[in-house]
Amino acid sequence: MNRFLWPLIGFAVLAALLAAGLRLNPRELPSPLVGKTAPDFALPRLDTPERNFSPGEMRGKAWLLNVWATWCVSCRQEHPLLVEIARSKTVALVGLNYKEVRGDAAFDMDKISAETERKLAAERADSWLDRHGNPYTLSVLDLDGRAGMDYGVYGVPETYVIDKAGVIRFKHIGPVTPDVLSGKILPLVAELSK
Amino acid sequence: MIPELGHFALVAALCVALVQGVLPLAGAQRGHAGWIALARPAAGAMNLLLLTAFACLTAAFVQNDFSVLYVAQHSNTRLPLPYRVAAVWGGHEGSLLLWVALLGLWTLAVAVFSKALPEAMTARVIGVMGLVTAGFLLFVLAASNPFERLLPGAEEGRDLNPLLQDPGLVIHPPMLYMGYVGFSVAFAFAVAALISGRLDAAWARWSRPWTLAAWIFLTLGIALGSGWAYYELGWGGWWFWDPVENASFMPWLIGTALLHSLAVTEKRGGLRNWTVLLAISAFSLSLLGTFLVRSGVLTSVHAFAADPARGVFILVFLVAVVGASLLLFAWRAPTVGPGGRFDLVSRESLLLANNALLAVACATVLLGTLYPLAVDALGAGKLSVGPPYFETVFAPLMAPLLFLIGVGPLARWKRDSVSTLARPLYWAFPCAAAVGIAVPFLLGEWKPWVALSLALAAWIVLAGALDAARRSRAAAGWPPAAFLGMHLAHFGVAVFLAGVAIVNGYQQEKDVKMEAGDTVTLAGHTLRFNGVRQRQGPNYTALAGDVDLLGGGRKLWPEKRFYPTSPMPMTEAAIDAGFLRDIYVSLGEPVDKARPEGAWIVRVHFKPCIGWIWGGCALMALGGLLAARDRRYRIGGRKKAMNHDKHGEHNENLSR
Amino acid sequence: MRKTEKPFSAKARRREEKFFSRPVFLCVLCALCALCICAANPAFAGKTPDEAAEKRFNAIVAELRCLVCQNESLAGSGAELAHDLRREIRNMIEAGKSDGEIMDFMVGRYGDFVRYRPPLKGSTLLLWFGPALLFAGGVGGLFVCLRRRARVGDAPLSEAERREAERLLHPEKTEA
Repeated sequence: MNRFLWPLIGFAVLAALLAAGLRLNPRELPSPLVGKTAPDFALPRLDTPERNFSPGEMRGKAWLLNVWATWCVSCRQEHPLLVEIARSKTVALVGLNYKEVRGDAAFDMDKISAETERKLAAERADSWLDRHGNPYTLSVLDLDGRAGMDYGVYGVPETYVIDKAGVIRFKHIGPVTPDVLSGKILPLVAELSK
Repeated sequence: MIPELGHFALVAALCVALVQGVLPLAGAQRGHAGWIALARPAAGAMNLLLLTAFACLTAAFVQNDFSVLYVAQHSNTRLPLPYRVAAVWGGHEGSLLLWVALLGLWTLAVAVFSKALPEAMTARVIGVMGLVTAGFLLFVLAASNPFERLLPGAEEGRDLNPLLQDPGLVIHPPMLYMGYVGFSVAFAFAVAALISGRLDAAWARWSRPWTLAAWIFLTLGIALGSGWAYYELGWGGWWFWDPVENASFMPWLIGTALLHSLAVTEKRGGLRNWTVLLAISAFSLSLLGTFLVRSGVLTSVHAFAADPARGVFILVFLVAVVGASLLLFAWRAPTVGPGGRFDLVSRESLLLANNALLAVACATVLLGTLYPLAVDALGAGKLSVGPPYFETVFAPLMAPLLFLIGVGPLARWKRDSVSTLARPLYWAFPCAAAVGIAVPFLLGEWKPWVALSLALAAWIVLAGALDAARRSRAAAGWPPAAFLGMHLAHFGVAVFLAGVAIVNGYQQEKDVKMEAGDTVTLAGHTLRFNGVRQRQGPNYTALAGDVDLLGGGRKLWPEKRFYPTSPMPMTEAAIDAGFLRDIYVSLGEPVDKARPEGAWIVRVHFKPCIGWIWGGCALMALGGLLAARDRRYRIGGRKKAMNHDKHGEHNENLSR
Repeated sequence: MRKTEKPFSAKARRREEKFFSRPVFLCVLCALCALCICAANPAFAGKTPDEAAEKRFNAIVAELRCLVCQNESLAGSGAELAHDLRREIRNMIEAGKSDGEIMDFMVGRYGDFVRYRPPLKGSTLLLWFGPALLFAGGVGGLFVCLRRRARVGDAPLSEAERREAERLLHPEKTEA
């Protein structure tokens, strides 16, 4: 073979790689936690702040963990779908309210005490859920985002599918769309619930 | 009205580009003198139309015409005038128009400055450039039209990204694009040579000044970008191995290899196929860079808003241009016979070694840049390849190359020997080693990489001085410009290397909480913080820190700027630049956000010899400029050179 | 015709050569340059020792990627998440965690993507050993090419070319 063809062959490989690259999204990160036990936390519940909730309490059934906040615009997009899931009672949905006060740039954290922050977060979350519907079996408040960090949260909203044994099986980044819901999440939940 | 005129100019330019692309090439192939003669006027007409289009877009920006979508996205009534002009290339559509306009300028330059070339060759070169321009214009008109209207027109524009509101934006992209586009001339010469089958020393001599000019612009463009990042981004870094930065570095590496390879082809007629391949590769890498910046395939601070649809178009264009030229290469290269022979140790072989090392370096950068993409495409997860990787891998590759810079200029053409080369250098080696070993101790702490780098830098300087001394003994008068240029550029490399080594080895930084009146000492320099003041800029408000650099009597004003159109404040560093060190101060955060008049976290950097980095690049560019001014490239100069020979004077083309 | 200024006597030339190539002379020159650099910068003489923890923090934070930015390290990023992660890393350093443990913490939650230095594993073997392979390939190819080049014979001259060369090289021998 003509050895001067090698540059062309090399370029063809490169072009194929670039073409494949156009279909990918470099910003979407797979989670290393898939297949591992969901990290533990003990966070105050939204409805009864004196009580804490831990993921261990959901052992025995498959469930969804949805990371949300009132300042998150994309959460509003997926919210009607979440309400639909709750109404159809297919699977339990637990909300993790992520940095409700700190995540909102309007607040100066140096002026707000811990007690004020908790109250403010609960108020905002409650009124938002009243207005847009509450799909969550229960919600917890992750005020400083520490629990979210353990789950590898980097952009709200995010949704995790967790099985009966407490192992994370799937993570979706961004708002839940009808395609993802019917194509990935619900079939997986059905399989896990058997 | 004006945007429509601009749009029309673009469409007309496309038509002219197609004519310019097809007819002269066909004419040169058939010997049709009329079509060949079309090349120069077509180039002139196309350039005029492209400049008109560019002027129309600039006018739209200057007049704040927010009924043009692109203007509304990238400008604002309160934006100062220089930035309104620079904003023309602040976004994707406008920067692409700049690309095309510069293509027109370079084509015109070829048309004007190539009177000494055979008409057929000129016609082919202009024809190829016309085809490339036509491809770009198709892309602009189909997928990135800067003249798209926004109806009804917006009241106020969205504003230019505050990071770009800086003198750097005025000069860095145009310089860089001049370099990228300039390599299209070298590419056109290579393709013209392949088509005509005329691939000889004369072709190399014609091609070389154009390649030099493009290389000079690219060197300056990259250096300006690096310097801009240094003072603008606020954390003291100057090179991040970001995919887009790499995309500009790769054509530079291959361009440097091309310059050295052209030397062999010009002087000895050797390495012809390799030179042509390098010329094709340099421009291909420029196009690849265009693809990477605009397609969204890789994440980068420099990337324009990603649009995969545009990416497809650019990829198709890339495949067409590069694929066709490489196919042409594969077809015609076997017909080109081997050049003159040369020994295992000779100037040609050393230059070929230089090329091999530069090509390996470029391939390494390409590997690191595209690896995350490859891994993702194969479904093996997501990776990041960043500065730690490149720094580990790139430096060892460069070391042998830097060593060769000292040896190469001393070697004889065609046949030399290791003993002949080593004799004059036998003392330079221990001297350079002595510098390498001694200086790090004197600078504070002995570090092996610093020692090696400084030894190599000293080696380059000493070997260059030796060559200059030898030449001055061998012949009277000034050496030819090419000789001076080469040594100046090599000296620039040594300065650059020393700067990088010293900065990386001995820079220091401190983050301190400072109240008004507090002082901080870093590396023997003391700074006093005097609190923060409010300041009003043309389209921003700023909190300016008042910092005294004691012992020099200088005041530094690091700022935090608040632009109404951007939620995040911008950090403007204050730099006290010196020949031997920079003191770099930036404001972090106020300790108490509600009291900006209180204490602040202030970040202070000590950067020794960092100016040498850009000084070295400037010297390289200057060296290139000198080399391009060599008598033998100038149109009338060849006659002078011939007269010179007739009188028996020393001919600079002799090997030593 | 220009006169050259250089001495042509062999002795003078040798003397000149020796002067410029005398090793001692150049070593002194080098040392002087180095001293100039250092003398102008008193900073070099006495370096203030950085706090070990701060140094560790800066080193770690420069190697980690900000996940919500367009390719920035945690060091320079102003994003909210970067803020949180930096705080977490500072806490971990104070708590006595080693560099390896901190990296594992980050990778365990965000994947290999968060490290700018890709870990050495199966999928990155080609990345880490690639440059060495490319270098070996480049040098190998170079030698193959040079060997081939050295074996190519000189192109034979045609009769007309030989006569022309003769005329240029020995003008006094050829007839007018």
